Amino acid sequence: MEKLILRRVDRNNEEMILNFGPQHPSTHGVINFIVETDGEVLRKAVPDVGYLHRSIEKIGEVTGWHGFMPFTDRIDYVAAMFPNEGYATAVERLTGIEVPRRAQYLRAISCELARIASHLVSLGTMSMDIGAFTPMLHGIRERETINDLIEALCGARLTYNYHRIGGVAFDLPEGWKERTLAFLDHFDKFLVEFDRLISFNEIYVRRLANVAVITGKDAVDYGLVGPNLRGSGVDWDVRRDLPYGAYDDFEFAVPVGQGFKGTVGDCYDRYYCRCLEMGESSKIVRQALLQLPEGEIMAPKVARNLKVEAGEALSRVESARGEMAFYVVADGTNKAYRVRARTGSFTAMGIIESASPGLMIADLVALIASLDVVAPEIDR
Amino acid sequence: MAKIDSEVGGDVTFFHTSQLDQLINLARENSLWYLLFGLACCGIELIQTGGPRADLMRFGAIPRASPRQADFMIVAGTLTYKMAERAKLLYDQMSEPKYVISMGSCANCGGLFQLAYSVCKGVDKVVPVDVYVPGCPPRPEALTEGLIRLQDKVRNERWQDKRRAPVQGTGAA
Amino acid sequence: MTTSEIHDLLKARFGEDVSAAPPPPKGDAWLTVKAERLVEVCRFLKETAGLEFDFCEDLTAVDWPKRNVIEVVVHLLSYKLKHSLVLKVEADRGSPVVPSLYPVWKTADWFEREVYDLFGVTFTGHPDLRRLLLPDDWVGFPLRKDYAEQGGWHGIDNVRENPLVELKRLDDSARAEAAKSASPAPAAAPPATPAPTSQA
Repeated sequence: MEKLILRRVDRNNEEMILNFGPQHPSTHGVINFIVETDGEVLRKAVPDVGYLHRSIEKIGEVTGWHGFMPFTDRIDYVAAMFPNEGYATAVERLTGIEVPRRAQYLRAISCELARIASHLVSLGTMSMDIGAFTPMLHGIRERETINDLIEALCGARLTYNYHRIGGVAFDLPEGWKERTLAFLDHFDKFLVEFDRLISFNEIYVRRLANVAVITGKDAVDYGLVGPNLRGSGVDWDVRRDLPYGAYDDFEFAVPVGQGFKGTVGDCYDRYYCRCLEMGESSKIVRQALLQLPEGEIMAPKVARNLKVEAGEALSRVESARGEMAFYVVADGTNKAYRVRARTGSFTAMGIIESASPGLMIADLVALIASLDVVAPEIDR
Repeated sequence: MAKIDSEVGGDVTFFHTSQLDQLINLARENSLWYLLFGLACCGIELIQTGGPRADLMRFGAIPRASPRQADFMIVAGTLTYKMAERAKLLYDQMSEPKYVISMGSCANCGGLFQLAYSVCKGVDKVVPVDVYVPGCPPRPEALTEGLIRLQDKVRNERWQDKRRAPVQGTGAA
Repeated sequence: MTTSEIHDLLKARFGEDVSAAPPPPKGDAWLTVKAERLVEVCRFLKETAGLEFDFCEDLTAVDWPKRNVIEVVVHLLSYKLKHSLVLKVEADRGSPVVPSLYPVWKTADWFEREVYDLFGVTFTGHPDLRRLLLPDDWVGFPLRKDYAEQGGWHGIDNVRENPLVELKRLDDSARAEAAKSASPAPAAAPPATPAPTSQA
């Protein structure tokens, strides 16, 4: 590793190379950016990742099929329901296990709550990076309530390990439905308050609008997914377009960037898409709770020492950071031959090198925050 | 005064310094600022501990982004080999007296990632650790307990003993 | 378009250079492409009307030591037509070389760097093939099946003693301390390491 702490390249035009990260509050985890600047203007920012590479894919080849589930939590710890669901769906596709309808509903409920929780952290830290501290405290406050709900559901606050191959681990506890509906009533009001607090704040809008515009064509070419893709005006959501689980039962809108305050694909569009998505998630949870069917929560006869016939499958779920795909290869034994997680943050990091030239240093922070990257999703 | 003098054998200086120690320790234990060092999952719990409900700040612990302003470091999360060098660097940049809280199983011993090829099995292989907080991840209450234990430790030590001889040469090169 | 229709179309266009395995009962079907024509096939898939695979969803590899190949697996998806395809390229395990897909989809840049990092597959035509996740001086390619750990890195060892062992040592030394202070006159035997004696 080159020890680039601070180096002046050329005495005449004042170009500098400096390290931004890996320990920096606004890199959202341990990511390093090697930044070439000319004064305050960026020539280039090159991400240097891998500071949280925890060999999860290799571990997947050693643990059994069920035993890998807790490790999937750690692939995306801000919203750990999604890798749970992605991995479980992939193995179910490969084995042909049918998930009961109630379990699919519970998966949708838990995932949408996790999406809200993840977006709250994302938007809160984003506003903190821009310079507003209060929205983050408001976000964390609401997230604590969601944590309480999820803790009542599955016993964990952060790394849920709730989904299982063939269903979910626990049924709803008593009174949970009413508590959640009450929270959602409160949360819809909170969203309005949040918009008044920060989203339409003039300073905030000016910091984000027209900054780091990513066109729809570039977004597709670089493989951006989820809110980042939709912020660039591409109307695609796995939940709606390739429905999985219970999602074809629900009515929800897919917010797409329209240049709310500036150009399509700027930082504000990505930000505001997330804000709108929280409202849609709240709608989905409410519908799912009201329509929740009775029945089993686990598929019958899922062997504890599961053996999977040789084959491979890819599952797609729409995580908080976009499409998350699990690619699973089996060779007929009780262990996976290869597990691979394709995550939204990984490809989002790939675009920074080409999107950064010409930005101010402070706008790089806005770009990183608006892409909502999480370090373990990049490194795994 | 004379009575006290006779009780402690006339060693008035000793009497005064021990009181000063307590006074200084009182100030130190209630203004322990921590370096934000969220590495992995525990980092989110660290944010929530500093957040409105658990509110670590009521113990005088304020997050700092720079190691030069921090009294102790909360190593929150998995330390990989690639990051271990940087963690050492950050520790070296902190000013004395300095402490380390290792938060979560990964930082304590590698935790879940015993089979991983790229994970350092415990942060104490790189920097000395004062308080270990178990859990995967620890709840905010557990981290608060860890801070209280650290305060106990600070209260019961002589701050002068924490001063170390200046390191010859720089570790940052 | 269904997967088998796409397979038929590609077989008609590229003949022997693509070969589809019979669709498995469960999971995904795939198509094996000769490495030389990979870029051409991908460009065809991206640009032909009716296929329009604009999104390179995933690019990764699987190591098969028994067959002595490393398979590079490409997952494609079309946003417009909502169909998907799996392509596989086989490379020799000794010196795996596969042409880069960076000219077709820019997202292949990081995917290929990752595969290079973890499997050691060289992508010809890649603009900047460096290690991505691991340190630059890492030895070996960890996701290969025969990877052996180096045992730590840069002087940090990877062995963690069982904490119970250390606890016992602390206990023993505390007990020895206590025994020493209880009887100030030392016994005939040295007080160090009285572990084998069955006490408590």
